[in-house]
Order: sequence, then C-alpha cells, then structure tokens
Amino acid sequence: MTSGSITVSETPLVLYALRRADDALILGHRLSEWCGHAPMLEEDMALANMGLDLIGQARELYSYAARIEDAGNDEDRLAYLRDVRQYRNLLLVEQPNGDFAHTMMRQLFYSAFADPYWRAMMGSRDETLAAIAAKSEKESAYHLHHASEWIVRLGDGTEESHRRAQDAADALWAFTGEMFFCDAGDRGLIAGGIAIDPETLRETWRATIDGVFAEATLAVPGNDWMQKGGRVGHHSEHLGHLLSELQHLQRSFPGATW
Amino acid sequence: MTVETIPLWEVFIRSRNGLAHKHVGSLHATDATLALQAARDIYTRRGEGLSIWVVPSHAITASDPADKEMMFAPAESKIYRHPTFYEVPEEVGHM
Repeated sequence: MTSGSITVSETPLVLYALRRADDALILGHRLSEWCGHAPMLEEDMALANMGLDLIGQARELYSYAARIEDAGNDEDRLAYLRDVRQYRNLLLVEQPNGDFAHTMMRQLFYSAFADPYWRAMMGSRDETLAAIAAKSEKESAYHLHHASEWIVRLGDGTEESHRRAQDAADALWAFTGEMFFCDAGDRGLIAGGIAIDPETLRETWRATIDGVFAEATLAVPGNDWMQKGGRVGHHSEHLGHLLSELQHLQRSFPGATW
Repeated sequence: MTVETIPLWEVFIRSRNGLAHKHVGSLHATDATLALQAARDIYTRRGEGLSIWVVPSHAITASDPADKEMMFAPAESKIYRHPTFYEVPEEVGHM
C-alpha cells in the first residue's frame, strides 16, 4: 500500500450518510463476489443486479457525505481510502457469502429493514436524502421480494435446503439487532426530521421476518443477544479482507483512472 | 437439482403500451414466480420492458420445420394480401 489513508470529519449528518453508504457498498461488493459463481446463470444476473443497485445507492450517499463534509473528498476517496476502522457499516452486511442460503438470508434480513427504512426516509426534511430514499425504496422492495421468495423455497424445499436455510438464520440472527442502532448524533437528526427513528421499524421488520419464516417452515431464532460495533468501526475479521480486494487498485495505483 | 432438470420458460416482453409482447428468449426457473423474477433480471436490465409474460416452454406447440413447404409456400404467391396498396396516415402510429 503506497497511498495514505484518510479520516473523515464526522459531523452527525456526514456520519449518517456514511453509515448508509458503507452498508450499501459492502453488501453490494459481497453480492458482486457471486458474479460468475452463482448456482445458475439466472441467479448470477439477479445477484449482480442487486449488487449494482446497492453500489449505485452507495455512490449517491458517498457523494452527499463528501459534499457536506466539504473537505475535498469525493465518492472514490471515501470508498477507497478509508481503513477498516473508519468503515461504519453494519456487521451483518460484511459477513461472508457462505452458501446461497446464507447470502439470501443476509439479503432478507437487510432488505426487510432497508425497504421500510427508505420508504420512511422519503419524508426526510433533507431533500437529498429524501431523493436517494425514493430511488432506493424501489430497489430494496425488489431485493426483499427476491430474497423472500428464495427463502420460502429453500426453507420449504428439500431436507438439505431447509437445514442450510435454518443454519443461515441461526448464524446471522445475532447481527440483526445492529440495524436498530441509534446514537446521540442520530437522535439530533431524528428530532430535526432529517432521519427517522429505526426503533419505529422494528415491528414491521419482525412481522416481515415472521411471515416469511412461517411460510418457509423455518424457526425464528430465539436468542436475544446481539452483536454490535460496526457503526463505530469495530468490525469482524472479514471486512479487512473485503477491503483489501475492494481498495487494492486505488491503493497500489493512487488516482488510477480508465 | 441440476440446471438440466429445472423447467425451461419462454419470455415475452412488451416494451411500450400499445405494442404486443414479443418473444425475447428463454430461461430456467423452478416455478412461475421465479421465472418472472429471472426474466426481469435478465431481459429488462436496460429498460426494455413494461410488462413480462413467462410461458412454460412445454406449453408451446410448434410447427414442424419439415412441413414448411406445405405450411408457408402457398402464401408466397398471394401478393394481393399485403396492405401496400394504400397509405397509412401518420397519426395512426403503430398498427
């Protein structure tokens, strides 16, 4: 690595945009790892499409974060030049793809939150966030639909697909609590009508999961203990490996374009 | 399940209101819902469509290529059936 890393002046609004941008970029990158490896061509395209939706969301959120930070950064610098401890994404989205059931379960857990989240954010007083929300909501609605259909088929499929889907649910469940994370800065934004209180989405999220799991004949995990840390830069060992691949080119050849 | 045992579907896309659904290709999917999703993901990525039909390939009855003389040759000599003897006004648009 020849390029210096950057740190960002994280005002509450910059941090808010950055956290959502990091969620979208990291999950989008995870989905891109399936490209050429999915179980069938049709799903290869579907996963890449969803990945591109998310990376598109990330670009808009990074550009906005850079604009309000006003320190000479841009979307590329924010994505490529921050070290792992500067990343603010949910631990859920950095979890490895695992098998197809793990990938779809991760997508279900995230999309079941993201879809109502973006819908609620369409009413944000921040015009840029409201506009990003309006575009993202349509995309996340499809992601939720796609993941739900697959989880129903995997859960209510063969003995092996059921076992894999249940394993995925059990493995990823402890990462779902962090979606409802909220700190003092967030609460200021919520009071100002810029952000929404994630706690107001918990019931909707849980109802979606319960509905899909019932149809999929899967058991909703009972453990209440939740992992956290991603929102403040404490990540699992997986994110560093992901970033080394994602950032490799810009780190080795700073400013490279094509 | 291998791809060979997953049913094949034919995909039809309508690109604009007023136009007919047009065959664009085929895909594999285990059921109609997933076939529709796959069709969306494969065939409408560049804004090609407003509406999608998926049809199980086995539901299509096709003409036999060996019958093509009997089926299609008799029409070749009937030029008077082409509507080329009058002009269509611009306002009519797609017919």
